[in-house]
Amino acid sequence: MARLTLSGLTKSFGGLDVVKAVDLEVTDGELVCLLGPSGSGKSTILRMIGGFEVPSGGAIRIDGEDVTAVPPERRPTGMVFQSHALWSHMDVFANIAFGLKLRHLSRAEIRSKVEAVLELVGLAGYGSRRVWQLSGGQQQRVAIARSLVLEPKILLLDEPFASLDQHLRERLREEVRDIQQRLGITTLFVTHGQDEALALADRIVVLKDGAIEQTDRPSALYRRPATRFVAGFIGHMNLVPTAFQAGRSTRPEFALAVEVSDGPAEIAFRPEATGVRPAQGAGHALVYRVTDFGTHLTLDLDLEDGTRIKAHGAGSIAWAPGQRVEVTPAEVLLYRDGVLLSTEPRTAAAAA
Amino acid sequence: MQPQPASRPRPHTDWTGIGFAVLLSIVILVPLIVVAIWAFTEVWRYPALLPQSFGLRYWQATLSRQDVWNALFLSLRLSATVTFLSALICLPAAYAFARMDFPGRQTLLLSFLATQAFPKFGLLIAVAGIFLSLGLIATFWGVVLIQLVNTLMLMIWVPVAAFQAVDRRMEEAARDAGAGPLRVFWSITLPQAGSTLFAAVLLTFINTFYETEGAWLIGAPMLQTMPVLMIIFINNQMVIQYGAVLSVLLWVPSFLVLLFSRRLIGSQSFAKGFGV
Repeated sequence: MARLTLSGLTKSFGGLDVVKAVDLEVTDGELVCLLGPSGSGKSTILRMIGGFEVPSGGAIRIDGEDVTAVPPERRPTGMVFQSHALWSHMDVFANIAFGLKLRHLSRAEIRSKVEAVLELVGLAGYGSRRVWQLSGGQQQRVAIARSLVLEPKILLLDEPFASLDQHLRERLREEVRDIQQRLGITTLFVTHGQDEALALADRIVVLKDGAIEQTDRPSALYRRPATRFVAGFIGHMNLVPTAFQAGRSTRPEFALAVEVSDGPAEIAFRPEATGVRPAQGAGHALVYRVTDFGTHLTLDLDLEDGTRIKAHGAGSIAWAPGQRVEVTPAEVLLYRDGVLLSTEPRTAAAAA
Repeated sequence: MQPQPASRPRPHTDWTGIGFAVLLSIVILVPLIVVAIWAFTEVWRYPALLPQSFGLRYWQATLSRQDVWNALFLSLRLSATVTFLSALICLPAAYAFARMDFPGRQTLLLSFLATQAFPKFGLLIAVAGIFLSLGLIATFWGVVLIQLVNTLMLMIWVPVAAFQAVDRRMEEAARDAGAGPLRVFWSITLPQAGSTLFAAVLLTFINTFYETEGAWLIGAPMLQTMPVLMIIFINNQMVIQYGAVLSVLLWVPSFLVLLFSRRLIGSQSFAKGFGV
């Protein structure tokens, strides 16, 4: 187990800053996901921790020891690559044993460690297979085993399931989480899949343009995204533009009261926290589309000003495009200039 | 009535492809067959379509000549030396071209094409002038040097493609497992690129073995390689069979090497080397 500290970590390529002064502390046995869109710098951060990129500034410490200038082969890290990066001229056993041989372990020790780790990843008896004889999922397990067998202090996973199909991805991520918790290994996981991050992580670091937007537990990140970007990136968030005058929203359909200065803002609420029912009178919105996902119905609704929002509709009601509905958002957040306002909005009725 | 099973589409016969294959076979094989027949012919007089008498008389006569054996051993020594030196110089250079970024990289890489961009004979005459002043004419190392230049393009470009085809992540995974750069090269890069590199080395050996212009211009009159000797036989001997026997003998190394390489590395390694 180990602690990883990034302080002011920066990386520039040709004058372009792709990682901007990132500070992060990953504690013993914690699994932290770096989440962000393509080009947000998440893989570059991971590669700098692994020693494959030299930082332009800042420091990387593992258990307090500065490893910023240490070459990859001498870092106590283990990296699992998206492309598996298995050595196709070796069999599974040789792939896993490679690092152990470099440490001059005895043959018996190597055999016992390789067999143990193959057992751990559910590939017992696969040692003599060639890597091209394995499925994508099995190859990724071998890649994980190759890293784990060396007992790294920090495990780095660079979108390890990106090339796998949905079912396999879900199964493998659960297995990886189990293994990580069983071994208590400090892990940094890069992904651009929010589901993966929410399902796996103790904490999620959301990155945008090389800088951290927010670091928090998955539930907190989902429920109180600190910025408009995070709100839109993690799950779906309805963002409705409005303005506040004397602490009240100018949109009649979302009559909110909040202690903010006058000016524009955005009302934000999740589809699953949006109440929707057939309108008795004129209603707030028109149903544009109804999509049945099996587990729930999603309604695409057009507000009076043309803003489109999503809501989960009750399965017992026969929704139809063109139908007029009333919308009642709950767990409403408010963003101004892209940043969450700390004051909680209330419905105007509650405020009165 | 039982429904008729859907008939399987008939495989399309590629007549154009077959036509080209037959034409190519004729163009390549007919001269080879004629030379092979001549090598085993004792009497073949016009206008007979086939020889009047077959035999091994000219094989015996050719193989009993000391100059033939001298030429064969010289060719083998030259090819081995040139291939070894070329690999020694070009493979590290190719790795640098494939993996490192340095000023002038692209221009330098393109410059290796220059060895093939100009009429070879004119170039050789200019080089011969320089070699004359250096005392390298008609010497073993003079021929080695000139043949080395011929190998540059193949031994740089093919290995560059081979090294570039090796996934960098594989090398990084090896570093991650604790291997230093040299160990990574030896244990990962080389085995991954190995079959294509081997193909390049084989082709270099064969090309050098059959090289005539440089060997003749720089090596003559003291050094006679097998191909040079064959040309001399064909030009100076009234008897066609001497040249034919030498020609058939010259096929042997390339056939052996190609058969061996086919078993060992497969055609895709040759293709990979050319970025196919």
